[in-house]
Amino acid sequence: MPLIENGRIGEDAWSFIPDGEPVPNDRPVIISFERWQAERDSFEGRNARLGVRLKSGTLAGAIAEDLDRFSLVAVEFAKFRDGRGFSTARELRERYGYTGEIRAVGHVIPDQYLFLVRTGFTSVEAPEGTNQESWANALKEITIAFQPSLDDTQPLSLLRRKLKVG
Amino acid sequence: MSAKDRSKEGSMKAITANRLRDGEVVFLGDGGRWVESFAEAALFPRDEADGVLAAAKEKAERERFGVDIYAFEVVEQDGVPVPATMRERIRTAGPTVRTDLGKQAWGKQAWGNQAA
Amino acid sequence: MNHIAPGARAGIYHYDEIDRQFVAERVEQFRKQVDRRLSGELTEEEFKPVRLMNGLYLQLHAYMLRIAVPYGVMSAVQLRKLAEIGRRYDRGYGHFTTRQNLQYNWIKLEDTPAILHELAEVDMHALQTSGNCVRNVTTDPFVGAAKDEVVDGRVYAEILRQWTTMHPEFTYLPRKFKIAISGAESDRAAVRIHDVGLLARRNDKGEPGFSFYVGGGLGRSPFVGKLVREWVAQEDFVAYLEAILRVYNQYGRRDNIYKARIKILVHELGLETFTREVEEEFARLRGPKYRLDPEVVEAIRQHFAPPPFEELPDHSDALERARAADPAFANWLAVNVAEHKAPGYAIATISLKPAGGIPGDATCDQMDLVADLAERHSFGELRVTHVQNLVLAHVKKDELYDLWKRLDDAGLGSANAGLIGDIIACPGLDYCALANARSIPLAQAISARFADPVRQRTIGELGIKISGCINACGHHHVGAIGILGVDKKGTEYYQITVGGDPTLTTAIGDILGPAVTETEAVDAIEAIVDVYLANRRDGAERFVDTLARVGHAPFKERIYAAD
Ligand code: HEM
Ligand code: SF4
Repeated sequence: MPLIENGRIGEDAWSFIPDGEPVPNDRPVIISFERWQAERDSFEGRNARLGVRLKSGTLAGAIAEDLDRFSLVAVEFAKFRDGRGFSTARELRERYGYTGEIRAVGHVIPDQYLFLVRTGFTSVEAPEGTNQESWANALKEITIAFQPSLDDTQPLSLLRRKLKVG
Repeated sequence: MSAKDRSKEGSMKAITANRLRDGEVVFLGDGGRWVESFAEAALFPRDEADGVLAAAKEKAERERFGVDIYAFEVVEQDGVPVPATMRERIRTAGPTVRTDLGKQAWGKQAWGNQAA
Repeated sequence: MNHIAPGARAGIYHYDEIDRQFVAERVEQFRKQVDRRLSGELTEEEFKPVRLMNGLYLQLHAYMLRIAVPYGVMSAVQLRKLAEIGRRYDRGYGHFTTRQNLQYNWIKLEDTPAILHELAEVDMHALQTSGNCVRNVTTDPFVGAAKDEVVDGRVYAEILRQWTTMHPEFTYLPRKFKIAISGAESDRAAVRIHDVGLLARRNDKGEPGFSFYVGGGLGRSPFVGKLVREWVAQEDFVAYLEAILRVYNQYGRRDNIYKARIKILVHELGLETFTREVEEEFARLRGPKYRLDPEVVEAIRQHFAPPPFEELPDHSDALERARAADPAFANWLAVNVAEHKAPGYAIATISLKPAGGIPGDATCDQMDLVADLAERHSFGELRVTHVQNLVLAHVKKDELYDLWKRLDDAGLGSANAGLIGDIIACPGLDYCALANARSIPLAQAISARFADPVRQRTIGELGIKISGCINACGHHHVGAIGILGVDKKGTEYYQITVGGDPTLTTAIGDILGPAVTETEAVDAIEAIVDVYLANRRDGAERFVDTLARVGHAPFKERIYAAD
């Protein structure tokens, strides 16, 4: 599936290994959070990078203790209307200080891309045949923000207003 | 066969949608054409309606013609086919509190105060 | 874009380049989204939330566009633009809603980008008037004019407008989220029936802050908002809301749309657990990033500086002469005019409830007239109330008679604010795709039955509220008399509740008995009124108080005995 990064389709170095299938040791892989819970000891001493995939109902707190083990956290959107993932990403960054890659997987649409970036996501797994233009556009069409957020082109003050008035 | 003749065969159904680009209420007419007036709506026996609906829905969605496509019940009243529920009567005619607006104002309604 | 400044003195927030650029960008974004929908790149399922975020619904006859009137305050210039749009793109009228917004009922999807573009010319938009985001924040329609004001609710509502605008984390909430702010001691914003209600309070040191009520709401399962925190300082109030919304976004139910509002979360978690979660989140968020800088508050307050009131004596001879000479005017004064904080001024409510009329509807000509009158008599500014009326907040007492005559000539002079003729009704089955029954014809029949202004005043304060289905857009649960439309095998029936109360002593009404037909409903309302009048003490006891004292029995007997 195409990977969207910085508004472009990029190379995906990662692969998701479904539960039950053997986990390769020589390349970056993403495993499910459930597998991590069940088999965490088996990843002891692993050198290649590891990522974990959270179902939309799994909140950031569940993985907080183990974040230093993962270079990537994939946050699932069961439906694009299910916005829990925005809070998950934000908590990963703000509350738990996570600095690795956060990837949106599942059902997301280009119209949400700006929000994803602003809440701390770094990449998005888009459906086959997606229109790259729409993703690129989503980062350009709105240039104003009114709240603090995690994307550093945005202001840090509480309201965008302040930069202007203050 | 006109709507009037067919409704006599018992409980019938008509198929309706809102046109995507302007929201106008439309009905499936003869030959799969969408029409704005209920008077021109095709009526389908209950057992055929599901099949027709599925096909019309698929086509209207593919062609991005209509949204909210469904079938509704039609009954006969004074020899004229009339939507069975108040909701569909209002969609077919216009708001009861503004009879100067909607299809009723344009004579596109098939029952009640229709001019034609 | 031809930008038209909305009037320098009006007590409304003035857009700067940033606000303007933002709205312009959103219009262009929606234009592209419409193109993508029409070209098939977006499915209806994907497009629907996008159009809803731009205020565009599909109703029975066409699309409906809901225009945001932030906290219900707008300028004459803006109202004139709404009239113009109503003529060009709709059918010459608009509907003012209990959410202090305006709805057009006959909009074409393909016209919407052009309409939004025109709205942007006067700093207006339709953003966040629908969808599962934080909706337009509402406040007291008497803000800036009322005598009992603690803080200016517009300042905080504007801060929230900005903070919630395209909030990246809270735009795909489990369900819609409505916030109301009351800046005064008496609650004219119905704060306890909102997802979050803020009530301004000063602490012992005189510092401004807010009491937070959470989890109120009507609909299928009505709840009265619960006090989550007695006092949150001004500088923390956004952080506290952020905490509430984050808890809601994470834990609110998404498996069942009827259980998705925050009221259900508060109910299911229990107030204690919910509050603990919020407090924990708040403790973490509190800090420089989320602190509301007093400078920001001050800068926004500047936008709402009081208009240049003249120094006037409080007594107006002209007013007293007119009152004595014209009983109809005297009646309107007694019913529709409230005290102003500035001597010599008054607050005038323009009723959109003529006897037999459609509650909340105004023609474009009426909108133009009100815009003119706002310019002439109220510093070019007006408000929309949550009971679907309009308010001119700063009218010189000397000019009230002129104002009323112009209003009355245009069918806007009804003297019924707060009385039985001041009925709230949702659009119901005449327009709404979700309705079970019509609301408007019943409102028309009731207001026609009680058209006599003397009879209305005799009855006194009595709110009737009608919803066409359980979603309760007409607030029927909190009507002194509430009416809910239900569908029984294709026939419209109406269920009557009594004893609701939308003020701080919020109460949900109780069902009086089996549902009745439309004709029976009008008679039943009259019977309720008769029983009330026969039982009330001292000729002045309020309906709700009489009801509380005598109970349902006498009312039931009268309505249902006849069968
Ligand atoms: C015709 C289009 C409309 C539709 C489809 C619609 C839909 C809905 C729905 C589904 C709800 C329930 C939400 C829930 O409980 O989760 C609701 C609530 C509400 N609506 Fe509407 N509505 C419409 C028009 C209006 C109008 C015209 C008004 C104002 C007069 C209005 C004011 C409200 C209010 C105040 C509530 C909140 C009641 C509560 O606290 O649950 N709505 N609406
Ligand atoms: S209460 Fe029901 S009928 Fe009335 S506007 Fe709301 S959804 Fe429609």
